[in-house]
Amino acid sequence: MTPPTPEHASGAGPEVMLQVERLVVEFRSGKRRVQAVSDVSFEVRTGETLGLVGESGCGKTTTGRALVQIQPATSGTVRFEGQDLGRLSGRELRRARTRIQMIFQDPISSLNPRRRIRDIVAEPLAIWGTGSASERAQQVRSMLESVGIDPDAAGDRRPQEFSGGQCQRISIARALMAKPRLLICDEPVSALDVSVQAQILNLLADLKAEFGLTMVFIAHDLAVVKNVSDRVAVMYLGKLVELAESDALYHSPAHPYTQALMASIPEPDPEHVSEHEPLTGELPSPLDPPSGCRFRTRCPYAQDRCASEEPLLREVAPGHQVACHFPLGRPVPVPERAAATV
Amino acid sequence: MIGSGRRSADALHFPDVAELADPLLEVKDLVTSFRTTRGTVHAVDGVSLTVDRGRTLGVVGESGSGKTVLSRSIMGLLPARDVVRGGTVHFAGHELTAMEPAQLRQVWGAQMSMIFQDPMTALNPVVRIGRQITESLRLHLQMDRKEATATAVELLRSVGIPSPEERIRWYPFQLSGGMRQRVMIAIALACAPRLVLADEPTTGLDVTVQAQILDLLAAMQQERHMAVILVTHDLGVVAKRADDIAVMYAGRIVERAPTRTLFAHTRMPYTRALMDSIPRLADPSGTRLKAIGGRPPDLIHPPKGCRFAPRCPYVQAKCREADPPLRTAGSGDHLFACWFPLVDGVPTGTAADQAAVSITSTPSTPAEVPAP
Repeated sequence: MTPPTPEHASGAGPEVMLQVERLVVEFRSGKRRVQAVSDVSFEVRTGETLGLVGESGCGKTTTGRALVQIQPATSGTVRFEGQDLGRLSGRELRRARTRIQMIFQDPISSLNPRRRIRDIVAEPLAIWGTGSASERAQQVRSMLESVGIDPDAAGDRRPQEFSGGQCQRISIARALMAKPRLLICDEPVSALDVSVQAQILNLLADLKAEFGLTMVFIAHDLAVVKNVSDRVAVMYLGKLVELAESDALYHSPAHPYTQALMASIPEPDPEHVSEHEPLTGELPSPLDPPSGCRFRTRCPYAQDRCASEEPLLREVAPGHQVACHFPLGRPVPVPERAAATV
Repeated sequence: MIGSGRRSADALHFPDVAELADPLLEVKDLVTSFRTTRGTVHAVDGVSLTVDRGRTLGVVGESGSGKTVLSRSIMGLLPARDVVRGGTVHFAGHELTAMEPAQLRQVWGAQMSMIFQDPMTALNPVVRIGRQITESLRLHLQMDRKEATATAVELLRSVGIPSPEERIRWYPFQLSGGMRQRVMIAIALACAPRLVLADEPTTGLDVTVQAQILDLLAAMQQERHMAVILVTHDLGVVAKRADDIAVMYAGRIVERAPTRTLFAHTRMPYTRALMDSIPRLADPSGTRLKAIGGRPPDLIHPPKGCRFAPRCPYVQAKCREADPPLRTAGSGDHLFACWFPLVDGVPTGTAADQAAVSITSTPSTPAEVPAP
């Protein structure tokens, strides 16, 4: 059901900021080729947060990098505000990238250890020669304040003097200096403590409102992704397996993988009883993906058809797409959850 | 396969698990400070705890709460210089703090072992995983090469590594993060220790792999009747896996209780705040998280009074003046250090100040220099 032509032009429906079509990213491994991202299509609507979730090796980070063209696509297109990023010249691409910024997983190693905080944050302005030196300094100050860093105390310090959470705040400040429309967050909180994680997630929500951002939020923890996202796309071994609005995904997951991902989240409640078995086994090698449905080797409901025929992404409910031959039942009422947790 | 670990004349004697008296581990008033150029860092500041045979203690706290230093202090894995130590660590009839390094080597691996957070740096990258497992088998259990290799294959199989006969010849870089952590567990369990300290064993792993590794650890614990100290920053990780939980803050235990009691009758506001900061799957999308404002205090100059007072939503004047002692509530097994402990989520004490308070959700992080 992947549409071969863009449909964002047709007036009705929400405005689409980023349109990804049949994206394929291949890496070479010796003489063989590995498809890290395998025919993935989705859109990011203006003003929304789209979550991208999956285990290590599912291609979520590669997808995120391909959106910014740090990682060139092998085939397929990434259209940002109607512009095909793959066809831009180097100069045009760099200009386009000021509108798409990215923050990374490891906040400490993504900052240059030898530079001062104020210079790191001012860099996007310095590159484009925006404003005078004093104007830039003023913008750096107000941006640092926005992310909860005291510019007077922090400006002259270097990254190693800050904790992981503070470095992530600084990375966010740097990303926002270029006034992006789209912010791609690649596992921005997975290296942080739960207490700091909550601070950063709240900060991202505040900044999204303050600067009118659209976000792609990549992470492996579905509880985190669901909390921040309007819609969630679930990836498995290079494929998109389910895409739905966050709450719909939680209440009626259609793909067995999504259900298993939810079951493996540790609930901070000793009385909580998980209704489903967590996932067993490891991700198969992407060098030699299973035939048919790629999840079938770990799927508790796999049948013969799953090995012979690849399931395509199709709609099971409005706005809810799944790639599974035997999607989990009709949207069921939430079973005795309230009764189970006393 | 429990060997006695006897090797030389001054070998230590450790009785069989069944003959051991409880508690297996008794830590009293443990103090570990580091002398640095900036001053003395009071990383562990008077911690007492006990662990019985076959039980699991969860130690929970943020980065910088001293939980890793605590587990290293129990093991005796501390730098030789610029460390101030105090208190006692009584383990299976022996006093570890008084031991010479040669004696400690008989304890490490054989009686007490550690699973480290980062399996890539904890494993030797240029040694095949098989040899990293057989090393302790040959040293502590005096196995010959063949016997040790066969045992290592069985260990790898028991931790869920497919085709272990082949994998034993692999190097760490050839394995995924989850597989490396399984190898770490195999190494830690090789000599059937009585106590395993797992320091953030699943941080950095996917949630799916995390569940597998924790299940594996629980199964091995059951099978071998080991005690486990599970150190983590995530209360979700220990909620269903620990018998007891100790919450650490700024080098001290601030609340300790059997797990169900801790969750059902949380007394310390810090514990409550840690629980509330975890995003819950059942919450509607976009639910604002209850973050704890600020950061843990500088352990060189900890604040006067209760160390959580500067971040506590229920702070009162007394909290800034006097240090609350660790005391019991009702049943003797629930300890907490708070002047105005929570009852059903509401602080006790003067009611006047409490109507207006709520947990701060907006972070206001001061940009001061963090402790190194």
